[in-house]
Amino acid sequence: MATRLVEVQKLKKWFPIKGVVFSTTVASVKAVDEVSFFINQGETLGLVGESGSGKTTAGRTMLKLLQPTGGKIIYKGEDITKLTPNQMRPLRRNMQIMFQDPYGSLNPRMPVGDIIQEPLDVHGIGTRKERRQAVATMMETVGLRPEYERRYPHEFSGGQRQRIGVARALVINPELLVLDEPISALDVSIQSQIINLLQELQQRLNLTYLFIAHDLAVVRHMSDRVAVMYLGKIVETAENDELFDHPLHPYTQALLSAVPVPDPEVKRERIILQGDIPSPVNPPSGCHFRTRCPYAMPICKEQEPLAIEVAPGHTVACHLLTKK
Amino acid sequence: MAEKAIEAKKKGQKKSSEDYTYVGMVFHRLTRHKLAMVGAFMLILILLFVFVGPLVWRADPNAQIEGIEGLFNVPSSAHPMGTDDYGRDVLARMFFGGRISLFIGFISAITSTIVGAVVGLAAGYYGGWADNILMRFTDAMLSIPTFPLLIALASVIGKGVGQIILVIVVFGWMVDARLVRGLTLSLKEQEYVEAARAIGASANRIMWRHLFPNTLAVLIVSTTIGIGGAIIYEASISFLGFGVQAPFASWGNMLQNAQQFIWNSPRLIIYPGLAIFMTVLGFNFFGDGLRDAIDPKLKL
Repeated sequence: MATRLVEVQKLKKWFPIKGVVFSTTVASVKAVDEVSFFINQGETLGLVGESGSGKTTAGRTMLKLLQPTGGKIIYKGEDITKLTPNQMRPLRRNMQIMFQDPYGSLNPRMPVGDIIQEPLDVHGIGTRKERRQAVATMMETVGLRPEYERRYPHEFSGGQRQRIGVARALVINPELLVLDEPISALDVSIQSQIINLLQELQQRLNLTYLFIAHDLAVVRHMSDRVAVMYLGKIVETAENDELFDHPLHPYTQALLSAVPVPDPEVKRERIILQGDIPSPVNPPSGCHFRTRCPYAMPICKEQEPLAIEVAPGHTVACHLLTKK
Repeated sequence: MAEKAIEAKKKGQKKSSEDYTYVGMVFHRLTRHKLAMVGAFMLILILLFVFVGPLVWRADPNAQIEGIEGLFNVPSSAHPMGTDDYGRDVLARMFFGGRISLFIGFISAITSTIVGAVVGLAAGYYGGWADNILMRFTDAMLSIPTFPLLIALASVIGKGVGQIILVIVVFGWMVDARLVRGLTLSLKEQEYVEAARAIGASANRIMWRHLFPNTLAVLIVSTTIGIGGAIIYEASISFLGFGVQAPFASWGNMLQNAQQFIWNSPRLIIYPGLAIFMTVLGFNFFGDGLRDAIDPKLKL
C-alpha cells in the first residue's frame, strides 16, 4: 500500500474583488472551490483542465504559495494549512515547483549558477565549495554544461531554461515537485526532451509529481492517476488507463474526444462543447458544468453533484451516475 | 560622471557576456543620442577642469595677497581669472570649489537614491498598511516647503559638508522612493519572485537579490539626473550661508560671496554661476540620454 505524501481536503482559494468604496469585497473569483485529492509517494498525479479551470491555482495553493481560503492541506500526516511563512520555510526544502514560463521564472539579472545555488543558500546547506559542487553536479544531471554557470538566462533557449528551472527545483532534494505546465511554452521537439528528463529524474530520485497540464497525450504518458478540473472543481479522478479508456463524466468525455488520433482511418464522434467556460465569479448553480453539458437535467440546476466512487480509485461528480 | 559610468560599464563587460550585450546595446544607443553626447562632452570638460586643472595651475585657493592692490584684480597672466575680495586666486578657488560641489552632488545623490530604494522596495513589496504609511510619509515630505525648514535644520545640526549632504538626502529621497515602489509593484508579480518564495527565500533576500537589481537601470538614470539637482541644492544652501564654510570654497559659497560685488566685479558671479550651469545641464542632458538609451521601446 502506497503511503500518502500529500492530501488536500475541500481546498478553497477565492480571490476577492474589491469594490471602489472602502475596499469592501464585493465578489470573489472562486478559482479553486472545495477541491480534494491526494498524491501517493513516488507517483504522478496529472491535473488537467482547460484554461481558467483553476489547476495552476490549486497547485500553488497546495504549496502555500497562495494562502488557502478554506480547506486543509496535509503533508505527511501534518496539517500545514495554518503554518506561517516562517514555519513553512523548513518544509519548502521538501516541496518545490517548476514554472510554465521559461522566460519569466528566471531572474534576468542573475547568472544561472547563482539561480540554481540559491535554494542551497537559503537553507544554509553545505559549505561554499560543496554548494558549487552541488550546482555543477545538478547542471550535469539536467543536461546543462557546468561551464555555463556564469551565463545569464537570456543566453539560453526555452528548453535549456526549463532545465535550469528543473535544476533549481531539485538541487535541495525535494520529495514533491509541482510541475506547472512545464512544457506548454516549448516547441514540440523540445517538449519530449523535458518530459523524458522529468521521468528519468523521477525514477532516479524517487520524486512525487503533481503534473499540471492541458495536453492530454502528455498527461497520459506521464501520470499514474489523473484528476480533471472544471471551473474550480474536480469532476473526475481515476487511474490513468481507467480514465482514458472509460471516461464517465461528460466533460472528461468531451476533453478526450478532442485528442487527435494518429490514424486517419479511425472515425470518431467528436463532442463539441458549446460556449465558453463560465465566469468563476458567478458560477452556474448546482453542477458547474451544466450550462455546457449535453446531458443536462433539471436536477443539475438545483443540486451540486457529489463525488462518488464508481470503481476503486475512480470518483466522478455527476448526477448521471448518482441516479443509478 | 560620464566617463565614470562608461568605465564602470566597461568593467562589467569583462564579467559576463550578458553585461556585454545589454551594456553594449545601451552604450551604442547612447552614442547615437546627440543630446547625451553634448552632455557627456560638457561633463568631461568640467571634470578635466576640476581634476586636471590644479595640476597645471598650482595656486593655493586660500592664500591671500596682502594689500589693497591684491583685491579685485582683473584677469591677468598672474591670475587667469583675477582675484576676489580677499585677494585670493579665483581660478584655484574654482578648481577646489568644483571638487567640493561635485563631491556633495555625487554622495548626496547616491545616498538619497539608496534611501529612496529602501523605502520604495519595502512599500512596494509588503504593500497594505506598510505601503500606506510609507507612501503617505513620502507625500508629507514632498509637501514640506524645504527652505525655511532647511535653515532651521542648519542652525540645529550646524554647518559643513556632512550636514549639507544630510540635508539634501533628507529632502531628496522621495522621488526615488515613488519610482522604486512603482517598479517593485510590477516586478513582484514576476514568476521568478514566486520561484524565490517557493524555495523559502526571506523577504529581505527577495527585495535585495531579486527586485533591487532589476530596478538598477532606472536608478542609475535617476541618480545621474539627481547629481545635477544636488549641486543646485548645495549652491542654494551655500548661497543662504548655511553651506560650505569659509575659507573653503564651493561654487555655491563663491556665488554667495560675490553677490555684494555684483556691480563692481560681475565676473566673480559669472564664473561659478557658469560652472554650475554647465555641470547641471551636462548631467541633465546625459541622464535624459541614458533614460532614452535603456528604454528598448524607443528607437534611436
